Amino acid sequence: MTRIDDNPVGAGHAVTVRGLVKHYGETKALDGVDLDVREGTVMGVLGPNGAGKTTLVRILSTLITPDAGQATVAGYDVLRQPRQLRRVIGLTGQYASVDEKLPGWENLYMIGRLLDLSRKDARARADALLERFSLTEAAKRPASTYSGGMRRRLDLAASMIGRPAVLYLDEPTTGLDPRTRNEVWDEVKAMVGHGVTVLLTTQYMEEAEQLASELTVVDRGKVIATGGIEELKARVGGRTLRVRPVDPLQLRPLADMLDELGITGLAATTVDPETGTLLVPVLSDEQLTAVVGAVTARGITISSITTELPSLDEVFLSLTGHRAGAPEKDATPADARQEIAA
Amino acid sequence: MSSITTTVAEADGRIPLRGHLRHTGALIRRNLLWIRQDPESMFDALLMPIVFTLLFVYVFGGSIGQALGGGQGQYVQYVIPGMIAMMSMTLSQGVGTGFSQDFNSGVMDRFRSLPIGRGSVLFAKIAVELARMLFATAVLMVVAVLVGFHITSWPGLLATVGLSALFATSIMWVFLTLGVVLKNAQSVQAMGFLVLFPLQFGSSIFAPPRSMPGWLRHFTDYNPLSTLADSARGLMNGGPIAHSVWMTVGWSVAITVVMAPVAIHKFRTKS
Repeated sequence: MTRIDDNPVGAGHAVTVRGLVKHYGETKALDGVDLDVREGTVMGVLGPNGAGKTTLVRILSTLITPDAGQATVAGYDVLRQPRQLRRVIGLTGQYASVDEKLPGWENLYMIGRLLDLSRKDARARADALLERFSLTEAAKRPASTYSGGMRRRLDLAASMIGRPAVLYLDEPTTGLDPRTRNEVWDEVKAMVGHGVTVLLTTQYMEEAEQLASELTVVDRGKVIATGGIEELKARVGGRTLRVRPVDPLQLRPLADMLDELGITGLAATTVDPETGTLLVPVLSDEQLTAVVGAVTARGITISSITTELPSLDEVFLSLTGHRAGAPEKDATPADARQEIAA
Repeated sequence: MSSITTTVAEADGRIPLRGHLRHTGALIRRNLLWIRQDPESMFDALLMPIVFTLLFVYVFGGSIGQALGGGQGQYVQYVIPGMIAMMSMTLSQGVGTGFSQDFNSGVMDRFRSLPIGRGSVLFAKIAVELARMLFATAVLMVVAVLVGFHITSWPGLLATVGLSALFATSIMWVFLTLGVVLKNAQSVQAMGFLVLFPLQFGSSIFAPPRSMPGWLRHFTDYNPLSTLADSARGLMNGGPIAHSVWMTVGWSVAITVVMAPVAIHKFRTKS
């Protein structure tokens, strides 16, 4: 959803980041990051653990200060105007949290009062948000008794109290089961519908595709790719083929065979023992056909076969030639495959 | 930005005094709700005055009382004002451990990303801790009267409570700093004991320092807990007060002037 913007300060960008650097001793959490988030859009920041995603969010929330670089949010500078900036942001994530000892309602009421709502307005807003996030029944219970999904929903509600212009979602579904994850996604989609700008960090390509319109891929404090989701998917070109042989004992031999044939994508073929499936990265329709052909030629019976989005590993190998979070090597994608297959 | 924001903050984002009061009030409410949710957190404030009074009066009371030239009754008059001083320090620890828990739970990140003065969070903690201390003092006085303490001067008692609160507030800045700097609540508690024990027992709280060796007496003479206990005794039982009261006020002001900025700075810059 593009909006014509008449605010000269923001110049159409709700978040602007230039050359942001943050070091912790030897570790370069951020090593010169640039980022633009257009107003009213969802920017996904995709990267492995330790890529610097949380550090970025913490700087943009004024929780920590950068060593170098600039960042503005809704036109406010993170260093020079932190007080104004805090008024226009909402923060939800793995770290920012609710008060577990307080009931859900009290959490929201407290934040309403801290955001200078009158008692009456704070009460009304707490009621309305609990209703909207389906927590009314749990309103009086301490948040410590909530399930993981309820906690995240309360978190989301808490970050919405001030009607923020920019919302940070720091790995909102990490550690949630798939059903709960879908619930949270639905809530996020509904919020985006209201025109809020969202900066979403995630480790999952699938989550980025569900929620974001644009994507920035980060690794070890650096941006390694940025663009629209479709554009990046086209650049990666890959998919994951999920194959389930009838006989689970065939999983390992099948994986070895496919790796030997060298007809798969960049990342290694992996076995998912829990679901009894094989995850085969493929870069093209031709590769997909070749894999199916090879499996059939081996005479193995298959009970299901589906295609999924490329894994984070596949995205990284295709964009950078190395695995997510792995030490940098001067390797072309083709070399990288041999290295992993070896 | 929504319309609510324009009426409550200056254009430069500065928060008016009413805003600070509102924020501190909301956070005090939060800390009181903690107590309602977890009544066990009041056990120390309830039991410490009872247990310590009974222990000291009935275990040491007879022999120290004799040394004072009287008996157990004399010791009760001696030790109860000292206990008020002791509790002001021991209960101050709670702000540090509570603060440490807040940091580890992530709720502090939310507070620090909200447009509130950073001091509000600290002041609210101090206010609730002072209320806990008043409660403990009330319990102490009830037990004290039951074991035979004579309240000879109500204004003296009130002045003692006020002076203890002043001193406790200064000590809380130390514990708030520890709560921000140390990794978890256990470390804060362990560190607290290291600070508290020598100060409590190397003082005139439980026994007159007359019989202590010279080097220790130098320590006890300047120990703020001694001066607070001596002030309390003077105020409640009669006797000289000027020197010890001024020493206590001096200590409180000095500790606050040094530690409050440190605590606020550490709180602000904690990453």
